Amino acid sequence: MEDLIEILKDLHADVDYDTCETLIDDKILDSFDIVSIVSEVDDKFDVAIPAKELIPENFNSAKALWALIERLMED
Amino acid sequence: MLFTSLKFVLFIVVLFVLYYTVAKHDQWPLLLVASLVFYYMQDYRFLLFIVITAVTAYILAIATENFAARRKAYLKEHKSEMDDTKKKKYKNTTKRVQALYLAIALLINLGILATTKYTNFIIENINALRSEPLSFANLIVPMGISFYTFQTVSYSIDVSRGTVKAQRNFWKFLLFVSFFPQLVQGPISRYGDLSQTLYEEHKFNYKEVSLGYIRILWGYFKKLVIADRLVVALKVLVSDSEMYQGGFVFIVMMLYAAQLYCDFTGGIDITIGIAQILGIKMAENFNLPYFSKNIKDYWNRWHITMGSWFTDYIFYPLSVSPTILKLSKWSRQHLGNAIGKRIPVYVACFCVWLTTGIWHGAAWHFVVWGLMNFAVIMISQELEPLYAKFHAKFGLKEKAGYKVFEIVRTFFLMSSLKLFDCYRDAGLTFKMFATMFYKPGFGSLGSSELLNLGLTSSDYIVAGIAIVIVFLVSLYKALKGRELREFLFEKYPLFLVACTVLVIVIAVFGAYGVGFDASQFIYNQF
Repeated sequence: MEDLIEILKDLHADVDYDTCETLIDDKILDSFDIVSIVSEVDDKFDVAIPAKELIPENFNSAKALWALIERLMED
Repeated sequence: MLFTSLKFVLFIVVLFVLYYTVAKHDQWPLLLVASLVFYYMQDYRFLLFIVITAVTAYILAIATENFAARRKAYLKEHKSEMDDTKKKKYKNTTKRVQALYLAIALLINLGILATTKYTNFIIENINALRSEPLSFANLIVPMGISFYTFQTVSYSIDVSRGTVKAQRNFWKFLLFVSFFPQLVQGPISRYGDLSQTLYEEHKFNYKEVSLGYIRILWGYFKKLVIADRLVVALKVLVSDSEMYQGGFVFIVMMLYAAQLYCDFTGGIDITIGIAQILGIKMAENFNLPYFSKNIKDYWNRWHITMGSWFTDYIFYPLSVSPTILKLSKWSRQHLGNAIGKRIPVYVACFCVWLTTGIWHGAAWHFVVWGLMNFAVIMISQELEPLYAKFHAKFGLKEKAGYKVFEIVRTFFLMSSLKLFDCYRDAGLTFKMFATMFYKPGFGSLGSSELLNLGLTSSDYIVAGIAIVIVFLVSLYKALKGRELREFLFEKYPLFLVACTVLVIVIAVFGAYGVGFDASQFIYNQF
C-alpha cells in the first residue's frame, strides 16, 4: 500500500490519499493520471490492470485501488 | 424529415398523443415503429443498413454471453480436477473465443461504417497518385451511421466485458440502435444507461413533460433564431477567401463559434427534450463548454458522449495494452523514467485524436484538426508543471480575473481550431488564420461590409440579442449550478410566460422564408 501511495503522491502531492474517497468524482485524477497509474502499477507490482477495470469505483480512493491490485494478484 | 420542419413537429405531436394513449406495455413498441418510420422517411434504403448492424450485434452479443456462461459452468463443475495452471490455460483459450466473437461484431459494423463513409476518400487519395483516375463509388451514407455504429460497438464491447447483460429481445435491441431522436446527431448513448428508461412503462409526468417541452423550445430558439441566421453570413465569408481575409477571418471565427454552439447544443436540446417528454432519460452531451479553463476541460464539456466513448473504448484499452506497457518499460530503461512514463499516454492520445478527426469526416482537414487538438493537449500537459509554479508564485489560481482570462483564452483557442471546419482545407485554414495577424484591416471593417454578407442590420440585432440571452442563461447555470428552466418551473406563471415568449420569438424571428433555408444540423453529416 505504501508503494501505491508513493505512486499517487508522485502525481498529486497535495492530496490526502488516506482519507480521500472521491478521486474520480471530484476530478482529482483524470484519464492521463489513470493511465500513468496503470503503467506504474504494472512496473512496480507486475500486475496488469485490464481496460474493463478502469472504472470510477476502482480509482476513487487509494484503498479501492489497492483492493483491485490485490484481487488481480490473486487471479 | 428535418427536425426544423413542420412535418417533424406534427410527427412528434402525434407520437406524443399516441404514446400516452396506448397501453403502457405498448409504449416501447410504438417508439420502435415511430423510429423505423422516421428512418424510412429519410430514405428507405437506410433501414437495410441499420437492421444489418442491429442483427449482427444482437446475435454475437448473445453468443458471447452464452459462451461466457458455459465457461463459468465448466470451471465450477471441474473445479476440483483443475490446478491453477490448467485453469489459467482453459481461461486463456476461452478468452480467445470470446475475443473472436467480439472481433466479428466489430469488423462487420465498423466495416459498414468505413466502407460507406471512407471509400471515396481513399479513391480520391489513390487518384492523386495515379495518372488514370479510378471512378468514385456510388455509395449511400445512412443518416446517423457514425452515431448508431458507435452505440452498437460500445454495446458489443460492454457485453464482452460482462459489464452489461445482452438484450434477448431483438425488437427491444433494435429500438436501442434506432431510437429516432438520436439518429440526427447523437448523443452517443450507452446501452447500460439508455435501457434503464427506454423500455419502461411511463405515466404522464407533468413536470418532466413541461421541462422537456421548454427544452425543445430552447433548442429551436438556438437553432432557428441564431444558428440558421448566422450561417447565411458565414457561407458568404468562406466562399471567397481572397476577398474576406484579415479581420473577416476573425469575424468568421466568432460567428462560427456561435453558430456551431447553437446548432449542436440546440439540436441536442431538441433530442433530449423529446426523450424527456416521453419519460426517457438520455445522456447529457454538453456542460457549458465555453466556460472551460483549458483544452482538456473543454473536451470534458463539449460532445461529452463522444469524448467518453473514445476514452473508454480506444484511449484506455490502447494505453493499458501489453504492447504499449512493454514499450513503456523499454522506454524507461533506455530513455529514462520521465519519457517512459509518458509513452502510454502520448501514443494512446495520438491514436484517439487521429480517429476523432477521421470520425468527423473523410477529409484531410479533419485529420489535421484532430492532430492539432492532440498537439495542443500535449503541449498543455508538458507545460502543466510550469503553470503550477507560475500560479503558486503569483497566487493567481483563485483570482476571479485570472479565471476569466483562462476561459477567454480557451474560447479563442478552440474557436481558432474550429476554422478547419469552416474553410475545409488545412492549407487554406493556416493561410487565413495568418492573415488575421499580417493584414488585419480591422479599421476598414464597417457596417457596409457586414451588410454585404446576406444579413440585414435587423438580423445582426436579433442574433446579437439572442446570443446575449444564451450567454445569460449559461451564466445562470455556471453560477447557480442548475438549469434556469428548473427555476422557472418552480415559479410557475414565469414558466408559462417563458414558453409563450419562446414560441412567439421562434415564430417571428426564426430564420426561415426568403433568403433563409432551415437547414440540417451540422453534426448530422458526421
